Amino acid sequence: MTDKWMETAQVESCREIAPGIFDLVLRTENIAEAAKPGQFVSVYSGDSARLLPRPISVCGTDGKLLRLVFRTVGKGTAEFSRKRPGESLQVLGPLGSGYPLEAADGKQIVLTGGGIGIPPLLYAARRLRERKDAGDGPLEIRAVLGYRDGNAFLADEFAKYAKVSIASEDGSLGTKGNVINAMEAEGISPDVFFACGPAPMLRALKEKAAAEEKECWLSLEERMACGVGACLSCVCKTTAEDAHSKVNNTRVCREGPVFAAEDVII
Amino acid sequence: MDINMKVNIAGVELKNPVMTASGTFGSGMEYSELTDLNALGAVVTKGVAAVPWTGNPVPRTAETPSGMLNAIGLQNPGIDTFLERDLPFLRQFDTKIIVNVCGHSVKEYCEVCERLADSDADLLEINISCPNVQQGGIAFGQQPKEAEKITREVKRVARQPVIMKLSPNVTDITEIARACEAGGADALSLINTITGMKIDVGRRTFALANRTGGLSGPAIHPVAVRMVWQTAQAVSLPLIGMGGTASWEDAAELILAGATGVAVGTATFRDPQCGQKIAEGLEQYLRDQGIGDIRDLIGAVR
Repeated sequence: MTDKWMETAQVESCREIAPGIFDLVLRTENIAEAAKPGQFVSVYSGDSARLLPRPISVCGTDGKLLRLVFRTVGKGTAEFSRKRPGESLQVLGPLGSGYPLEAADGKQIVLTGGGIGIPPLLYAARRLRERKDAGDGPLEIRAVLGYRDGNAFLADEFAKYAKVSIASEDGSLGTKGNVINAMEAEGISPDVFFACGPAPMLRALKEKAAAEEKECWLSLEERMACGVGACLSCVCKTTAEDAHSKVNNTRVCREGPVFAAEDVII
Repeated sequence: MDINMKVNIAGVELKNPVMTASGTFGSGMEYSELTDLNALGAVVTKGVAAVPWTGNPVPRTAETPSGMLNAIGLQNPGIDTFLERDLPFLRQFDTKIIVNVCGHSVKEYCEVCERLADSDADLLEINISCPNVQQGGIAFGQQPKEAEKITREVKRVARQPVIMKLSPNVTDITEIARACEAGGADALSLINTITGMKIDVGRRTFALANRTGGLSGPAIHPVAVRMVWQTAQAVSLPLIGMGGTASWEDAAELILAGATGVAVGTATFRDPQCGQKIAEGLEQYLRDQGIGDIRDLIGAVR
């Protein structure tokens, strides 16, 4: 397992980039430099009445700067969204497995993101593009991003690393519908998928990848408590016996959150 | 001033009274990356059964004000893997090992205790208080007769001292405590979680797939202090107090109420070094109070 740190991180900036979607940059001692695409961090509330950490995926790093893009869903994330430069947040990480970037070497890859599942894929896109530019990465990188409406947060940044296609539920941008609809409309059929998004999207993608015999890696979400693999809150059913408990129930926070689609039952 | 932090639980000497609470610390592997296990008096493992247990469906946890509900359902790899992998890992550290034992029947509890007989386990903690499994668990912890019977059966096969872990979900905890004492228990630990429920108003359904779960965290601490105090008046066994312990003050309260040991559970999720800090905080507290021996605090409030 990789090294992880509990740190008091300094807030560099925090801004709302779409309604309810916040872009938070933290200065960390070690976490940012160690974080890989697909990993996440545990962020702790300053209010001890909210005692569990909130798992938030890593959207990017720049030296010691750690970028988290998250949606406010409750009081904890609302508190984080109000942070201003000079304030601090307690953060543990990096946690979990990442995307296996080398799985896309010499292949066409599509990063498939839905809603708040999009941010971790931006970091993957950047690292994949660096590998491609160095000559040993993917042949082609595409991103298919699904949004509720025309607030296509982060899409412009994806364009620096990948060819971007967009789907929106209300049809205000790109293909009307979801990411699967967009792929069908544009005839997108890669060798490998990396995905993160709501469960119905992941299920549909898993089915599509299986039918087309494509490699597919999914980042899963589950209610967590400890975030490090001790409490067994965030398990996912697996097709094979899991190494930890031997009961086909693996830990999303530790063995995951990224899994090969065929290994998990979702 | 020399401070003695050592305590004795059923003949086993702990370097300090602070331990982990079962189910919140696995077998120590994950948290050993974030805290020094050598700083703890003991590590209490997650419940171990005779065979692997799958546990409950997800979601298994929900946050509540100053607490959380869990319904993990005792997912565990079973005694074979535990003996092969977990116990040798823990033995590397200078801390006592308390193995929490769970089962669906008296026979299953006894089977696990027998398998642990020649192992490195220092003490056994018998979980007769898990609110999240259908058979076993709490069923043995809510009837004095059942509690006495399982204590007696386990004591017959156990090679290590036996701690019975009590449930707060009873009318009178001292009744169960006395039953365990009559059955031959060497120590008692309390409290396990308090049964609760949370409803997700957005989804208009239960927050936990199991519907009910066990409430833990600072929210239940005063209940733990009360029950430790009551139990301390009722039995002469050493007690391990737990329930929302998140600071040295919480630990000191439990000790003053009558606990010889204190366990830190949910608070570890917020601060992996919580147990270590509590041990240090207790020592400083003794220094500040001018008390040279932690044992002088045990049950000092009557």
